[in-house]
Amino acid sequence: MSEEMMEEGGTVKKFLYVNRKAPYGTIYALESLEVVLIGAAFEQDVSLIFMDDGVYQITKGQDTAGIEMKNFSPTYRALEMYDVEKLYVEKESMEARGLSADDFLVDVEVLDSTQIADLMEDQDVVLSF
Amino acid sequence: MLHTINKSPFDKGSLDSCLRTAKAGSAILFIEDGVYAATNGTAVAEKLKQAMGNVTVYALEPDLKARGVADKVMDGIKLVDYAGFVDLVAEHDKVQAWL
Repeated sequence: MSEEMMEEGGTVKKFLYVNRKAPYGTIYALESLEVVLIGAAFEQDVSLIFMDDGVYQITKGQDTAGIEMKNFSPTYRALEMYDVEKLYVEKESMEARGLSADDFLVDVEVLDSTQIADLMEDQDVVLSF
Repeated sequence: MLHTINKSPFDKGSLDSCLRTAKAGSAILFIEDGVYAATNGTAVAEKLKQAMGNVTVYALEPDLKARGVADKVMDGIKLVDYAGFVDLVAEHDKVQAWL
């Protein structure tokens, strides 16, 4: 561990997690969530983008009893407790899927792709799932 | 023939390829991430609606519910459970799984 990291408070970097996969067909969404929680535990400056099929990760009303998989969607609501409050949805992805901001189980800010591009550019670290 | 599609229409070309080659009178069943194609107001909804004149379209309800989209299914799509899935496989001479 570097000297810098050993200092009181440590270094805070801007971490962006880009979520592009639907929640249950692959393991990406759940893995991303695990890594987000790790980043938050280290008190980093965390932002999440949901774009492409990633917007489906945060749809309301998920009930996985019938497919016998763990419903991890309530965890997105708990992110607030870890001070992860910067959640963004790409407008173009949302609209192509017939969704609106009311369909999501957490408060999100809807940004167009130009704004998403600026947000990506503004980060220190980008992790894509 | 019964066609099954388990990939999101926005992530893979499975739906397009299936619709291009499915013959009139065949059946299409959406499962897993494929079920997103069965929802209202999407970029692929119109394409699917047109195909529904020639093919019968089904969607697996447990997969719709898991994804929180069971209340957004397009009119004309029939919902089946796992037993219904088995029945569809048994009723058709062949199954083509579009992965």
